[in-house]
Amino acid sequence: MIVAERKPLNEIMDNLAGIGSVAVAGCATCVTVCSAGGEKEVSVLSSLMRIAAGQRGQDLQVVELMVERQCEWEFLDEIIEGIDQVDAVVSLGCGAGVQAMAAHFEDQLILPGLNTRFIGLPEQQGLWVEMCLACGDCMLDKTGGVCPVARCAKSCFNGPCGGSQDGSCEIDPDTDCAWQLIFDKLQKLDRMQILQEIEPVKDWSDSRHGGPRRIKREDLIL
Amino acid sequence: MSNLKTKSRLEKVLAAGEFAVCGEMGPTRGADRDAVSRHAEDYVGYVDAVNFTDNQTAIVRLSSVAACVMAKREGLEPVMQMTCRDRNRLALQADILGAAALGIRNVLCLSGDHQQFGDQPGSKNVYDIDSIQLLQTVARMRDEREFLSGEKLEGAEPRMFIGAAANPFADPFEYRVIRLAKKVAAGADFIQTQAVYDVQRFERWMQAVCDRYLHEETYILAGVIPPKSAGALRYMKNSVSGMRVPDELIRRLAQADNPREEGVRICVELMQQVREIDGVRGVHIMPVMWEEILPTLVDKAGLLPRPQL
Ligand code: SF4
Ligand code: SF4
Repeated sequence: MIVAERKPLNEIMDNLAGIGSVAVAGCATCVTVCSAGGEKEVSVLSSLMRIAAGQRGQDLQVVELMVERQCEWEFLDEIIEGIDQVDAVVSLGCGAGVQAMAAHFEDQLILPGLNTRFIGLPEQQGLWVEMCLACGDCMLDKTGGVCPVARCAKSCFNGPCGGSQDGSCEIDPDTDCAWQLIFDKLQKLDRMQILQEIEPVKDWSDSRHGGPRRIKREDLIL
Repeated sequence: MSNLKTKSRLEKVLAAGEFAVCGEMGPTRGADRDAVSRHAEDYVGYVDAVNFTDNQTAIVRLSSVAACVMAKREGLEPVMQMTCRDRNRLALQADILGAAALGIRNVLCLSGDHQQFGDQPGSKNVYDIDSIQLLQTVARMRDEREFLSGEKLEGAEPRMFIGAAANPFADPFEYRVIRLAKKVAAGADFIQTQAVYDVQRFERWMQAVCDRYLHEETYILAGVIPPKSAGALRYMKNSVSGMRVPDELIRRLAQADNPREEGVRICVELMQQVREIDGVRGVHIMPVMWEEILPTLVDKAGLLPRPQL
């Protein structure tokens, strides 16, 4: 899923300078699961904003809204009335959610309330880790299901750099070295011969480096 | 000698069966015309080649290609370090051509330290290709006269003696020789290792290297760093990932009346020890910020005079 975390309250409030009423809009999909933009977070942030507005001497009315999925137009129509009644919206959706709202509600000011961080998973309660960079040409078949593009700090394709020590990456003792994980997994699978082969250079044109991406499925187009 | 791949002095020395000595210099952090010449007298005649680092530890410095050109003017044989951190495949290939045209005959292909260690941790890293792919790219340009795209070079090919790094002290240990084999297959003519302090582990690694006959396919130079103080060694042990330093050495320096002299003694001993190990063809001395000690080290290790080839 997409993992996000809330922006600092001050940044959110600074963006609302001079605004009289605002809707805080949550999203019930990814950001609910990662506890950044669900119903509970909408309610907490709204309270914090009311207090902060008071402290700043700002007369700010805050309403709370929830959308099933901010990144799909059809769900956005459901909140159109709430959106029309406020001067601005703080979206607690991911980057796609904020943009979907900004495009759909053409005359409304939509502000991001989250920083969208990565595609990842909860490793334990309260700890999320990055898993995929959406490179567009998945190579997990060659790496024992561990992604070197996203999880190796240098995106090494041919084994661990010289900084791998005791299972950790050179950048941080708390971060696993992806190549140690790849090595361990391939050893378990008895597929070590893969590690002897030189992986050729990657075609990054399938990733963001090829420009903004689109997928067009003729079979699904109506 | 007709089967030499390049005009590199380092290659000549190694091919002649001499025990090679490389030094290393970190370029300045300013646009100094004398960036290299101020240390030249410590190196000329004492080393066969000198590495010039490429934004080492991700700190901005005068570029390695420029430093290499200055080094040539001083009569030194430069080894241009090149990391995959700061340049994509276009820039890397362009700089290989440029460096070769400027007379640089040795290149060392590296991943590079992560930018978070440097003075500009907010920078975007590149890592378009990795160090093994860079080796392959340079070898292909030299031997097949081809760019990475498959297109042919239109002029002279870059006649570079191609080097790679190896770290016997990083993990997983069992993978370290596999990785070396990949580097050799990718085109590494010579290897410079991470600084050796843990001679036992280095020996175990060299044994595995020789078991696969890799020492016959590439020249292996063992890295050493003369330690200035117990603190410096402790720092390397605790804060530089992928380095191993036995406590015994730290104790020796901590108890020494003159730590610098003791550091020189330790470094000289290490050079003598690695020289005895099968398959080791030279040393690579990295006197990080202590360039003036290099002549003493080479002299005391019994590595003078350097061959005049
Ligand atoms: S290889 Fe690419 S698509 Fe596959 S997990 Fe890694 S970044 Fe994602
Ligand atoms: S230590 Fe491991 S994860 Fe970190 S950069 Fe090196 S190979 Fe990648």
